[in-house]
Amino acid sequence: MDLSMLWYLVPSVIMLVCGIYGFITRKNLIAILISLELMLNSADLNFVVFNRYLFPGSMDGMVFTLFAIAIAAAETAIAIAIIINIYRSIGNTDITEINKLKY
Amino acid sequence: MDITLPILILAIPITMFLVLGIGGVKMSRKLAGILGICGLGTTAVLAYIVALTYYFSGDANFIIDGVRQQYQVFDVTWLAFTQRLVVNIGFLLDPISALMLIVITTISFMVHLYSWGYMEHEPGFQRYYAFLSLFTFSMLGLVVATNIFQMYIFWELVGVSSYLLIGFFYKLPSAVSASKKAFIVTRFADLGFLIGILILSYYTETFNFVAMTNNPAAVLQEFGGATFMGASLLTWAMVLIFTGGMGKSAMLPLHIWLPDAMEGPTPVSALIHAATMVVAGVYLVARMFPVYCVVDASLTFVCYVGAATAFYAAVVACAQIDIKRVLAFSTISQIAFMMVSLGCAYDLPIEGVHYSGLGYMAGMFHLFTHAMFKALLFLGAGALIHAVHSNNYTAMGGLRKYMPITHWTFLIGCLAIAGIWPFAGFFSKDEMLAAMFNRHWFWGAWMMMVAGLTAFYMFRLYFLVFWWEENPHYKEHKPHDAPWQMSVPLIILAAVSFCCGWIDFGQFVTWNGVPYHIHIEWVKVAIPSLIVAICGIALATKMYMKKNDLPTKVKDFWPTLWEAAHRRFYWDEIYMFITHKIIFGIICKSIAWFDRHVIDATMDAFATITQKASYAIRGMQSGSIQAYVLWYFFGAIILAAITWLCLI
Repeated sequence: MDLSMLWYLVPSVIMLVCGIYGFITRKNLIAILISLELMLNSADLNFVVFNRYLFPGSMDGMVFTLFAIAIAAAETAIAIAIIINIYRSIGNTDITEINKLKY
Repeated sequence: MDITLPILILAIPITMFLVLGIGGVKMSRKLAGILGICGLGTTAVLAYIVALTYYFSGDANFIIDGVRQQYQVFDVTWLAFTQRLVVNIGFLLDPISALMLIVITTISFMVHLYSWGYMEHEPGFQRYYAFLSLFTFSMLGLVVATNIFQMYIFWELVGVSSYLLIGFFYKLPSAVSASKKAFIVTRFADLGFLIGILILSYYTETFNFVAMTNNPAAVLQEFGGATFMGASLLTWAMVLIFTGGMGKSAMLPLHIWLPDAMEGPTPVSALIHAATMVVAGVYLVARMFPVYCVVDASLTFVCYVGAATAFYAAVVACAQIDIKRVLAFSTISQIAFMMVSLGCAYDLPIEGVHYSGLGYMAGMFHLFTHAMFKALLFLGAGALIHAVHSNNYTAMGGLRKYMPITHWTFLIGCLAIAGIWPFAGFFSKDEMLAAMFNRHWFWGAWMMMVAGLTAFYMFRLYFLVFWWEENPHYKEHKPHDAPWQMSVPLIILAAVSFCCGWIDFGQFVTWNGVPYHIHIEWVKVAIPSLIVAICGIALATKMYMKKNDLPTKVKDFWPTLWEAAHRRFYWDEIYMFITHKIIFGIICKSIAWFDRHVIDATMDAFATITQKASYAIRGMQSGSIQAYVLWYFFGAIILAAITWLCLI
């Protein structure tokens, strides 16, 4: 069965917009992290799709996506560690409380 | 000639400077003194060998058919800026540089020896010897320069060493300001020198002396008819080059630094400010003499400046209290004498005889004899100061019984400078006056008057120091002759001052290398000048030999004149007025206002605007991450929109 590229790109855009929306509106750091992952995954999806449809002979996009997933996992680990530390020092994970780093 | 000796002559003093300058603090005084004296002694021996070889060997490089040649022992490229602008370093041997080698090393050696006694108890003894070596190196480099740029470099180096030595007692504010004054005034004059060099070499396309002086007509031709403000450009160049000489040789109006330079140790005054460095200006004119010869106007300028300075300095010397200042003004006057002598030397046959060489030869002769007897007088003054611990003759008087060696040597020096037969000054002064009379009777008469004044003020000094009346302080502190290190140079220099006039100088130094036969014109020049000198001495004897009130009467006869002469005709005040009131007060203040209110204000405005703007927008950095992301998101959308619009 033939699916055009659009069938993949539209969910990707929806994922990205959800991610952005979540990132801006959520108060909980964990939720923000999840939104972030959502945006990252939509980008990964794009890589794979473009590779598959535009350059069928090569594997660059696939390999790149594997790397991106691995790095995203590491990054998530660091983010979780930071969040835990923030929780230990101020007792919650509310983003509105964390605004000391400014002018 | 092998290049080893010439290189060693320059290398030994600079090595001594480095050794004593760097290692001096770790050395004992004795070791430093011995090292300095031995180093300079070796240099002196080598310089004598080189100079005597030049004069007497008869080598074809040095003399051809009885005509002395200019010989470049070596001349290597040192700095090549462009194809045309190439600076060489070399070693030129010709009659005057060989003469200067002898003069410099002799006086320098005497001063090194003398300083061992004189500076014995001064702190910084090692540093003193290091600076003396540096000075000797620079001066030797100056006189053997093959090109005018090398001369300029060493010219500045002697300026620096002079600065260092005048300010040797750096804890005395007067010494510090004197050293600064000497440096700034001569440096100011050297600006003219540099501009002159640039103009000259721009047209001649060479710095080399031999190339310029062997064919002065070509130099004149290369300049063509270029003129600037009514005078030809070549005249400007030569006058500007002479300006450098005016600064170093303390000619009017740039003489103000030399009397103050007496703040330095006395042996330094003898070496630098009497015998060697201050004659650099005369040497410069002599070096460029063939070019000056073809530019009448510049030589006339030299003559006028010299004549004015000689008279001025002689008058001022009559009214000084500090014995070193008297000698300083006497030096200025005598150097001006040499300048006039050079200025009167023209390449014109008079009654079929070429007299052009006479003024040149006489000037150089006087440079030689003056170096000897003036160094003697300064070293004698040093011995006096050493004995009574004061520079003023008011603290002296009647010293002849206490200091016989100093007395006799000083008397010989005075007789030599007054020009009494058979002392050295007589012969050189006679030749100079003959040259001036050949030029015009006015110059001869004028300078003869100055010679009479010279005899008067020198014997005024002599009588006030050694006769007059005994100072009552001697009972508490009995003055005595100096130690042998100081007496030996005095005796040697006195012997030289006594007999060096008999040298047949014209055989060795003339402007074109052709020997000149000195014959003393007794009737026309020598006897009148002797009479004038004896009159001066007689007047001084009458006034100052025994304590009487005649000097006070003379002083009270016209007190304003005495005061003016004592204050050196207010030249320092004029300089102070010009620098403080006009330059600092008007010009500098307005420049400072411009700097503060225009240049600084512009810069301040930039800073203020930046600061205000950043204060206004700093609220955007709120600390809320989500706000940043929102901003970023909109920014990205805008960029994407612009890109998209651009692409379609």
